[in-house]
Amino acid sequence: MKRSIYLDHAATTYMKKEVLDAMIPYFSQNYGNPSSVHSFGREARKAIDKAREQTAKVLNARFDEIFFTGGGTESDNWAIKGVALANQNKGKHIITSAIEHHAVLYTCEFLEKNGFEVTYLPVDSYGMVDPQDVEKAIRPDTILVSIMFANNEIGTIQPIKEIGAITKEKGVYFHTDAVQAVGHVDIDVNDMNIDLLSLSSHKFYGPKGVGALYVRKGTKLTPIFHGGAQERNRRAGTENIPGIIGLGKAIELAYENMEENNKHLIRLRDKLINGIMDRIDNVRLNGHPTLRLPGNVNMSFEYIEGESLLLSLDLKGIAASSGSACTSGSLDPSHVLLAIGLSHEIAHGSLRMTLGDENTDEDIDYVLEVLPQIVRRLREMSPLFIQEKGGCQYV
Amino acid sequence: MYSEKVMDHFMNPRNVGEIENPDGVGEVGNAKCGDIMRISLKVENDVIVDVKFKTFGCGAAIATSSMATELVKGKTIDEALAITNKAVADALDGLPPVKMHCSVLAEEAIRKAIEDYKEKQKNKVGV
Ligand SMILES: Cc1ncc(COP(=O)(O)O)c(C=O)c1O
Ligand code: FES
Repeated sequence: MKRSIYLDHAATTYMKKEVLDAMIPYFSQNYGNPSSVHSFGREARKAIDKAREQTAKVLNARFDEIFFTGGGTESDNWAIKGVALANQNKGKHIITSAIEHHAVLYTCEFLEKNGFEVTYLPVDSYGMVDPQDVEKAIRPDTILVSIMFANNEIGTIQPIKEIGAITKEKGVYFHTDAVQAVGHVDIDVNDMNIDLLSLSSHKFYGPKGVGALYVRKGTKLTPIFHGGAQERNRRAGTENIPGIIGLGKAIELAYENMEENNKHLIRLRDKLINGIMDRIDNVRLNGHPTLRLPGNVNMSFEYIEGESLLLSLDLKGIAASSGSACTSGSLDPSHVLLAIGLSHEIAHGSLRMTLGDENTDEDIDYVLEVLPQIVRRLREMSPLFIQEKGGCQYV
Repeated sequence: MYSEKVMDHFMNPRNVGEIENPDGVGEVGNAKCGDIMRISLKVENDVIVDVKFKTFGCGAAIATSSMATELVKGKTIDEALAITNKAVADALDGLPPVKMHCSVLAEEAIRKAIEDYKEKQKNKVGV
């Protein structure tokens, strides 16, 4: 029997049944436009207001500080370009990190081409930003610090509260891309002094193509979509009602059961990491051993390349991902793995397995049975590796 | 994204390994994506009688190495030199466009191994 095990929850998750059930009526039954005054419109308005409340509640934000968007990428673009445009009179300097998602990095590069200056802070070998580096990088013309909450590749969770304390004291806006953190980490935008926060529903068992941006009241932010008066005049376009309702339900569920889910994920995660370390030589764990997302496993296997690893796993029914250049069609391996100091070759041999709440002990046992065979087979083919009697010698 | 032939050569690669006392060795690295391929040859009367490879790289790199060794085995040196990366890719029922550069690696490794063989022959004749 061919097994099928999904270990790519950082890419996206399946959608929960309760979420789907909540969305269904809003496709063909309650199809009103929330901007309309009639009863159809009011029905839709009520529903998105509920989702806004559900979202605000888990972040400890206010109802009127939540703006729905078309996903994490849009939220990141809006936060960064919006703050840049609205505050360029004060200055044109932005601080971010070397390991951000491309939605942040490429947005910053775009701004650099348009007269802004960006500082990319380095990270340590665990992928951690040093809050002192943030403090040192802030200048009189700095308008924004954007540091992700948790990294999508290596799972490292950043010292967000410490960074927030600094930006607050310095009077600089603080944005965090929390796309990977929401649903797995307690977030309090007030306690952590976060001014803007991006989230995306398909990372916590909600629908794809919908997200939100939290914007602290009083933050100067220029819209990037112009048109109708939706989202209190700040994000034009008729709302994705079923999607927003799904987001609301999904975020509520994620936080209702978070502690229990995290416990399950952390147990499986550590079983997988330790199991691999016990069974395979010359592997390293990428990211922080404990300050990491509950479901994230990222390891480098020396002497082999990530895409051939992924293909082999896929043939055994295991879906994972890799930071190898060979998987992405680009030439350089992942910027995150290079930023934590891995050589190109080691970065090439990286494998990311991200667990979700439907994964079981049996899934992990199966991976631990299959993976060592695959690694052995690929290493035997590798010119970087010489097999000797009684053991292996590496060159 | 890969053809059945590519997957077959990836899962069951032909001619993996290294020839002892080879007549020619070619090692090439694709500096761009950091992949490495090593091909060793056994040549008798200008005919490639045995060939083996080792590859660090993606599925396409492994499959093209395997196919390239199949294509040159039993061929004369000149016939082998005439084999292009496109011929290797065609023999695998094609490669995705982003993976064509991996097949260049196989062509280069074969060429280099043959050059190495010729170099060694020259030295022998010289002595
Ligand atoms: C950290 C991070 N930021 C942003 C995004 C983009 O989110 P979306 O796919 O919803 O546009 C992702 C998802 O891949 C992510 O992991
Ligand atoms: S060897 Fe790098 S993409 Fe094929």
